[in-house]
Amino acid sequence: MLDLTYETPKPKVIAGAKHDWELVIGLEVHAQVASNAKLFSGASTTFGAEPNSNVAFVDAAMPGMLPVINEFCVAQAVRTGLGLKADINLWSAFDRKNYFYPDLPQGYQISQLYHPIVGEGEVLVELGDGTARLVRVERIHLEQDAGKSIHDMDPNMSFVDLNRTGVALMEIVSRPDIRGPEEAAAYVVKLRQIMQYLGTCDGNMQNGNLRADVNVSVCRPGDYEKYQETQDFSHLGTRCEIKNMNSMRFIQQAIEVEARRQIAIIEDGGEVVQETRLYDPDKGETRSMRSKEEAHDYRYFPCPDLLPLEIEQGWVDDIANDLPELPDEKKARFISDFGLSDYDASVLTAETAAAAFFEKVAEGRDGKLAANWVINELFGRLKKDEKEITESPVSPDQLGGIITLITKGDISGKIAKDLFEIVYTEGGDPAEIVEARGMKQVTDTGAIEAAVDQVIADNPAQVAKAKENPKLAGWFVGQVMKATGGKANPKAVNEIVAKKLAD
Amino acid sequence: MSIDITTAAKVAKLARIKVEDDALPALAEEFNAILGFIEQLEEVDVEGVAPMTSVTPQRLKRREDVVMDGDQQEKVLSNAPDAREGFFAVPKVVE
Repeated sequence: MLDLTYETPKPKVIAGAKHDWELVIGLEVHAQVASNAKLFSGASTTFGAEPNSNVAFVDAAMPGMLPVINEFCVAQAVRTGLGLKADINLWSAFDRKNYFYPDLPQGYQISQLYHPIVGEGEVLVELGDGTARLVRVERIHLEQDAGKSIHDMDPNMSFVDLNRTGVALMEIVSRPDIRGPEEAAAYVVKLRQIMQYLGTCDGNMQNGNLRADVNVSVCRPGDYEKYQETQDFSHLGTRCEIKNMNSMRFIQQAIEVEARRQIAIIEDGGEVVQETRLYDPDKGETRSMRSKEEAHDYRYFPCPDLLPLEIEQGWVDDIANDLPELPDEKKARFISDFGLSDYDASVLTAETAAAAFFEKVAEGRDGKLAANWVINELFGRLKKDEKEITESPVSPDQLGGIITLITKGDISGKIAKDLFEIVYTEGGDPAEIVEARGMKQVTDTGAIEAAVDQVIADNPAQVAKAKENPKLAGWFVGQVMKATGGKANPKAVNEIVAKKLAD
Repeated sequence: MSIDITTAAKVAKLARIKVEDDALPALAEEFNAILGFIEQLEEVDVEGVAPMTSVTPQRLKRREDVVMDGDQQEKVLSNAPDAREGFFAVPKVVE
């Protein structure tokens, strides 16, 4: 696929009291589909609206109201599937998952248990140390989100807002291919990145637009390899599912804590019970959601309100032809076309906006220099101001202008940093600023020679020392740079100082 | 398959329908009658026959991704036994 090759990372090993243990992790990621309207109604999906204002009677499950599917949400799921190189099922169907909860007025969630729209795919998860895990995706299905219950507004009541009820979700189910807490977080990061590239999910975890259920089990070294050979789950330990996590940090903590809990049980001669658990970040523990266990008899059956969802191959092909360049491809191109390091290419392709900014800066210029300026100066400065790349006061043209001045030799790297700060805070055309404020580098050797002569004449004692120890030449260079206000070409100064001291 | 009283009670509980203990045997009987009918259907050989999803040939209706509904908080809440500050108010359900 790509000419980027990675080693497979080693699984995380946790030392128990008696043995070493390995982790086996699978994730169910719930990604809110980026759409204007809900999956089966014409109500808005906008976050943060007045409670119960984005609610159609379908969402409120008023009697007689029937769901009508939003075709764009279907296209988004297909697009996501194609982005994960997955099989698209031209025939899929909706089922009812039955349970009662106040934020689910229908008494069931419309989902796709038996015939999901997307089948097997894969995600390449890079871990930053030159290793990467290829995680298999088992399926993606479309389903409705539930509403939101607020429990802290009244001591005896829960308050229910149905604005999120019926918003389209993609549930992306991975195979148990993930072998450590860091890998799990990196997998979610990569999924989010791909969906942001595709424009199918904004990935905002704080707003709950991306949440993960994590299945964790532990096994002895060697067992996982047996599972891989046979695909027989009996080689793996009993798993527990930790529900509804919406931060990368909590995902990692919860996995670690849950694995240690299971190891302690097994080493104590006990057995892990398959169940749903919640992670409590304040106490740093997972605990059983026993009260929900009985409700887990979901009694799925095909939704009688909806015909099977049949899509045409031509329609899928149109979506496929319209896919943007994806992160792995963009990164590979940045490395080959601009000569960037793996790390720099990763940083620049993390977000599409940053990648597009960089490409404009790098166009017709030195790619590595452009990457340095975007990553070190621009990103650093934006971070200080807590600004996003889209809010950058410096445009790609302006930053490109600064880089052009450096490569032409008009300004030194040091002056360029001052110039960047001026452009960042005051705006303006870099070339004009350099002219107007006399920031141009002095390359006129006559002028530099005069400055060097002056410094040498003023410091006879240093000259004597420097003649014995050539390393002291740096001090003269510094003095000359100071005397010229940093505008002298450092290379020229170095040469002239060396020559004069040798005389 | 036969439905006993315990299963009938569980089904009622899952459906959030209150059934008095003395009504359970009759309910279990009814379930069994329904299942008996299903078992009869299962005798038909449907090997290779795709499940019928619609009586007339139809394609699932689609809607465009356009916001054309909502903005009716008052109506949505009008049947609620209790609503406060725009929310449905229900007995505490926190874990």
